[in-house]
Parts: sequence; C-alpha cells; structure tokens
Amino acid sequence: MSAALRVLAPGPLTTLQDGGRFGWLRLGVPPSGALDPCALAVANLLVGNRRDAGALEFTLAGGAFAVEGGAARVALAGADMDMTIDGCAAARERSHTLAPGATLRIGSARSGVRAYLAIAGGFAVTPVFGSVATHVRSGIGGFHGRALEAGDALPLAGAAPQGPELRLTAAPPPTHPRVRVVLGSQDDHFTPGAIETLLQGEYTVTARSDRMGCRLAGPRLEHAKGFNIVSDAIAPGSIQVPGGSQPIILLADRQTTGGYPKIATVIGADLPALGQMRPGERLRFEAVTLEAAVEARRLLADWLDGLPARLVPLGLLDSEMLLGANLISGVISGEG
Amino acid sequence: MTDYPRLLPAGDAGLVVELGEHVSLAVNARVRALDRLVTEAAIAGLLETLPTNRSLFIRYEPLTLPHRELCSRITALLAHLPEAPEERGGRSWIVPCVYGGAHGIDLAPVAAMLSMSEADVVARHAARDYRVFMIGFQPGFAYLGELDPALAVSRHAEPRALVPSGTVSIAGVQTVINSVAAPSGWQLIGRTPVRLFDLGRGEPFLLAPGDRVRFRPVPHDAWTALEARAQAGEIVAEAVP
Repeated sequence: MSAALRVLAPGPLTTLQDGGRFGWLRLGVPPSGALDPCALAVANLLVGNRRDAGALEFTLAGGAFAVEGGAARVALAGADMDMTIDGCAAARERSHTLAPGATLRIGSARSGVRAYLAIAGGFAVTPVFGSVATHVRSGIGGFHGRALEAGDALPLAGAAPQGPELRLTAAPPPTHPRVRVVLGSQDDHFTPGAIETLLQGEYTVTARSDRMGCRLAGPRLEHAKGFNIVSDAIAPGSIQVPGGSQPIILLADRQTTGGYPKIATVIGADLPALGQMRPGERLRFEAVTLEAAVEARRLLADWLDGLPARLVPLGLLDSEMLLGANLISGVISGEG
Repeated sequence: MTDYPRLLPAGDAGLVVELGEHVSLAVNARVRALDRLVTEAAIAGLLETLPTNRSLFIRYEPLTLPHRELCSRITALLAHLPEAPEERGGRSWIVPCVYGGAHGIDLAPVAAMLSMSEADVVARHAARDYRVFMIGFQPGFAYLGELDPALAVSRHAEPRALVPSGTVSIAGVQTVINSVAAPSGWQLIGRTPVRLFDLGRGEPFLLAPGDRVRFRPVPHDAWTALEARAQAGEIVAEAVP
C-alpha cells in the first residue's frame, strides 16, 4: 500500500492548489491556483518540492489529517495557524517528518486567511489541463474537482526524504502599505470623481469574498455611462464595479470574461497579500505607473528566486549574523 | 467618437486590444484574425491570448516582454489586419434545440415583445449559421452571433439566480449556450442536451472561437432520449463536414 493522507476533518474550505492552470483562458477556464503563491512556494521548498507544486490550501482554519501507509514530510506556511503532530506543538515554516499513523491537526488562523500544507513528493492526482489546482465551481482539477471531505484519502506521490529537516531563515516577502493599481482598462466608464474616490477612500473586505473575488464595501464608485459594457476578458486583479457601485477585485477562480466595467487592476505583486486579507480588514488603493508595477513584480520575483538560498538544515548554526549575511548577499546578487 | 484600435493596459501583465465599440460579426471576425496573426508571430514573452466579442486580451510576462515592446509589435501586426478578413478554419456543428415551454420560459414573452408568433421567433433563430464570437464566463460557455436583428431584445433587469446548462438564450445581437448552470439575465428561449463542456469526454470542449453553429429545432418529446445519450458521453451535436 502506498502512503496516503487521510482527511479526518477537512476544515471550512480545503482544496488542492498549485501555481495555476495557464493557457486555457480562450476556452473559458480560469487559472485557479494558490491565492498566496508566496506561502505556497515556502511550504513546497521546505519539503524539497518545486515551488509551484500542488499543496493543500486551508481557508481561515486547517483541519485534522492522518498519515497512512508510510512516513511523510510536511511543512505549513502562510496564515498564522497552530499545528500539532500527535498532540505536540509543531512550528510553521519548517519541515516535519511524520511517522506512519501520525495525526496532524491545524487550527484557526490568528491572522491571514490561507495557509498551505505541502508534502514531500506532492499528491498523486492526475493533472487536468496541465494543473492539479481545484476550480470547485466547474469541478476541474484537484481531488475529484471538489473541496476535501472527511474520509478522503489523498494518495502521496513520493516517499519522505532522508536528510535533515529544513527551516527558513526568512525575510517576509516585500510589502506595501497600500494596494497598488494600474488604472483601466475601463476607467473611462467612470466619473473623474469615482477615480478620486477609489484612490482616497477606505474599503473593507466583506464576508462575501471568496476565491473568485474579494468583495469590498466602501464609498460608491459612480459609473459615467452605465454599468453594462460589451463583455470582455477579466485580468487577474481586475476591479470590477457592477450596478451596486461597490468594487470587486477578481482573483484566481474568477469568470474569464464579464460585462461590468473595470476601473483599475491590482498589480501582480500585490495579489498574494490580497489572498490573506480577512473579512473586516480595511485597505486603501494607490495608483502607480506600469513601470512601478513591473519594478514591484521584479522585487517579488527576486524574493521568490532567493528562497532556496534561505533554507537551512535544522540544527546547523543559524545565528542572527548568518541570517543578516544571507539577506545581504540575496539583495546584492539580485538575479532572477 | 473613440478611435479604434485602442491598446489598453489590464494591469502589469495584460493588454487589451479593442477593435470596435459594439459587438458585430465584422468586428469579431477582425478580433479572431488578429488572434491568428498574434499567434503566428510567436512573440517571446507573450503567454496566451483570449479573443472576446470586440477585443483581444493578451497575457504576457512584462519582466521579459516590456509593455512598450509588446505594443509596438501589436501595432505592427494591426497594420496587416484586413478590414474584412477572410474567415478561416473552425468546425461546423448542428445543435439540436428544444424551444419554448419549460425549456425556454422566455420564448412566449419574447414573441409578444416582438409582435411575432413563437414559431416565427424559432424559425428566425434557427435560420442562420452563427459564429462562435467567444468562449468565456465559464468553461466552454459560447457567445454566438450575429442574431437576426428582428430578434433583438434586451436582457432582464434582474438576472435569474441559476439557469441550467444547455440553456439557449438571446439578447442584443447575440445568442448564448450555457455550458454549466449559472446565473443569467438573458432571455431563455430553449435548451439543448448538447454538453459544451464535459470533462468525462475525450474532447471536453465542443466549441472554440470561430466555429460555426446552426440550431435544429427538435420536438419536446425528443428531449429525454437525447438527454440520455448526452448523459452517456455522446456529443449529440451533428458535425458538418
């Protein structure tokens, strides 16, 4: 019998997600994939996987799982959730090797929304259109195209690796106090006052937010020529404003096309942080140039590329000095 | 008056090339022709394209393909885009459709709005070949055109919460086929047992942009048998050579 991860309790919404399903927009298939690809990368690299490999995405709380039929090496990253292994506290952002039969429990997020549990070797599920990401709405990918349920047994693709456990001497990903946007592509469908309101007002993430979109509540954004447009493509991060004049930031599970005007688009570098914003949290927008957006994108890409160099075997010297030296060399080399 | 084409940024990794203000077969044919030109150009750093009703969406990696360079490549291709490009490629399908009654609850009100009989609406809807303008919204969901101008109606002010997959509906110059159950504000005139999207089938997607579709009215009592065959994985649409 090959090893499997048995779901004892699935948590509120737990799906298999990877780096996303790309190349199928023209047939109406959204990318899906981890809403916080930075946390996905950390969890995967800690267990020796590719950074965009499939991992479990938890939403607001984790769940309970048992390892069956073999050992498994796991790591948890992202939202701040407590983890125990057979009842003993286990730190996040480091790998743990679980003995056959071990039980893993992951609690509620104290901050953030989404955490990722990666398993060395990944899950043995068949990719659909090149990806194991789950799109629940259309039943594509993941584990039978749906969220995990109690009793599911997810087959594991690889054995637990030998060698020391890894931890991350991490600096968090680059952050920005505001959510940066590039105006458009239908900013001309709004009054000048609406653009000003978007950039000056404060918006609250509502409980109706999900993997399709982050629904905001705040000052109304008035349309200049009605709220219907000829349906066109929806880019990741598009801020769509339907008739109710409240903005929705469209995320990885979004519909591929839509007929409401899009006042602005959140830049790629700020999308991972949006995936961690809880209902009730407030945000403000800031308009940036395309050049600034690409520069932020480069910083994030460099941070991701620098992650492997920040993995250290547990038990080796990892003083603050060494941590500092790693960070500095990471900044100076700046490749990627 | 807005001048077309327009190149509009959609964030730092998306570009929208808008070719006209309204939906029409003429504008959409140019969108699909531009899509072919862009694909054939194989521009490094251009990741994928999505042809829509009146614009082409381009996803690209700005760290290797700067926005300015992409725009100049697209502008050069636009210079080669004919005003009335020849339609190329695409497959042809005849799609069975049960009109009216429980399968098309808006047929009677639409006929009344247009001062036509239900039979006239059906005859006009089934009288012409449509082109797939775009696949969007949900996997495999097809937007077809152009509809007979005599059938132009507007959408409902309030969308219905959920209409079943296979629903055939109309609004403006277009008719759409639902690939999955979804909310809809369109006027529902019929339903086809054909699955536009079925992961269990070797070919999950029936239609692609540029394909031709003609509807064939079938009687209500044919529904159960056709639906059972579709359920079993058969395409039930007729491929026209």
